[in-house]
Amino acid sequence: MRLDAERVRADFPILGTNARGKPLVFLDSAASAQKPRAVLDAMQRFYETSYANVHRGVYELSERATQAFEGVRSQVARFIGAAEAREIVFVRGTTEAINLVAHGLARTTLGPGDEVLITAMEHHSNIVPWQMACAERGARLRVVGIDDRGDLVLPELDKLLGPRTKLLALTHVSNALGTVNPVREIVKLAHERGVPVLLDGAQAVPHQRVDLQELGCDFYAFSSHKLFGPTGVGVLYGRADRLEALPPYQGGGDMILSVRFEASTYQGIPYKFEAGTPDIAGVIGLGAAIDYVSRLGLDAIAAHEHELLGYANESLSRVPGLRLIGTAREKVAVISFVLEGIHAHDVGTILDQHGVAVRTGHHCAQPVMERYGIPATVRASFALYNTRADVDALVRGLNKAREVFA
Amino acid sequence: MSDLRELYQSVILDHNKAPRNFRRPAAANRSAEGYNPLCGDQLSVFLTVEDGVVKDAAFEGSGCAISTASASLMTEGVKGRRVEDIEKMFESFHRLMTSNPSSPAEDEGLGKLAVFGGVREFPVRVKCATLAWHTLRAALHGSAAPATTE
Repeated sequence: MRLDAERVRADFPILGTNARGKPLVFLDSAASAQKPRAVLDAMQRFYETSYANVHRGVYELSERATQAFEGVRSQVARFIGAAEAREIVFVRGTTEAINLVAHGLARTTLGPGDEVLITAMEHHSNIVPWQMACAERGARLRVVGIDDRGDLVLPELDKLLGPRTKLLALTHVSNALGTVNPVREIVKLAHERGVPVLLDGAQAVPHQRVDLQELGCDFYAFSSHKLFGPTGVGVLYGRADRLEALPPYQGGGDMILSVRFEASTYQGIPYKFEAGTPDIAGVIGLGAAIDYVSRLGLDAIAAHEHELLGYANESLSRVPGLRLIGTAREKVAVISFVLEGIHAHDVGTILDQHGVAVRTGHHCAQPVMERYGIPATVRASFALYNTRADVDALVRGLNKAREVFA
Repeated sequence: MSDLRELYQSVILDHNKAPRNFRRPAAANRSAEGYNPLCGDQLSVFLTVEDGVVKDAAFEGSGCAISTASASLMTEGVKGRRVEDIEKMFESFHRLMTSNPSSPAEDEGLGKLAVFGGVREFPVRVKCATLAWHTLRAALHGSAAPATTE
């Protein structure tokens, strides 16, 4: 099944609007994706017809809300190939998912001299929580390097996976470089050494089919808002035994079995990690987003974006002075680049004047920028609703930038 | 597109291409680092202050055209001035940058620095223009912590 991008575009109300008086060309989906009407409608409908707090009321409305909420948990489990719905923890986003695991690991497993292994292409959200956990426990954070193209240096990974390694945390797909890591092989290698693996899937899930049974990782994290769903919701998958081994993250209502002043007892997974009233409508929105991409087909989405990536690479190669940052063997449609003699922010401002929205800066990945000796890049990131016309608008804007700075 | 020409005036483009006072003077007795966490712009300002007068001003670092040109023009503008006059310049510049873009620019006493009036139309770029000034002020006040635009 081929993706009809023009029809897809019509599903996204914001893509019909203007920016700076020009039709919006949205090339910043890696930061956050736009929302289809189906998601907006589902949330509105839920508030209008089925809203009440979950897991609490004996009344019909609360029961209905709970069913819808828990229905999305099962839906997420099917979507990413988790074995059971209780392996799905609803959190605020990928950042909170990683913090939850880091916090738990610090309290249960990490000790002085232990090591947590990450890579040089991580987003700050997969660096700082581990830094904090390591500092708290006297453990050491170790980093696998990347090469000039933006691929992981696998022999280095092999060397650093040692007897003191308590966890390997790495990104499935790099947000700054677009690199798709060979995570299946990496998980296999880590497991051979007895090291559990957390994958940051924030940039993977919107662009390709993810099957956790195939990947075999211990933890997987992603955000609703990058998957065309609302902000404020994310998913932590944890294999049941791994989740059971972690202590609760926050204390409060809904995560307890009984509360006494002497001591409280906690729920089982996933509820022991879900203190307080969750973002119920957000979860409903995530469910609608998963429905939406599933209907289009993740394989069709991946094929569309791959074709677009090829076209964009070819078009951008004709812009004089443009240098791509990140040319890994396998990539998603995330293109970081610099223009000779023009700072990324100036490029961003000029593109914005032409209605083209891109991200400029360090993309919450300062170590990546340092690796390539640049302060910032321009990043154009594509999603299922982008077309060749968007690439053409980008190229036109870049040529304007070159004129201004000629 | 007239806004874009307002922003990237030829003076700004010229100072970006060939920044003045882009060096680290050995005689400098005041310095500070400035950092814009939003975009990663980073610069250091070096001052030689004698008898309450800034005898020399220079900078180093990396940033966009607006922040580079602002630092360049600033170092030119403050050289030879008394510290208290520079404080006033800082305030005038800051006022200009944060004023409503639809009101006429109050750029009296700013001389060449008035070219940054066009930045007002681009709120996210205002910090690019003010970074050098915050850093200059930190150098004058001898702050140990790096200046930021936040």
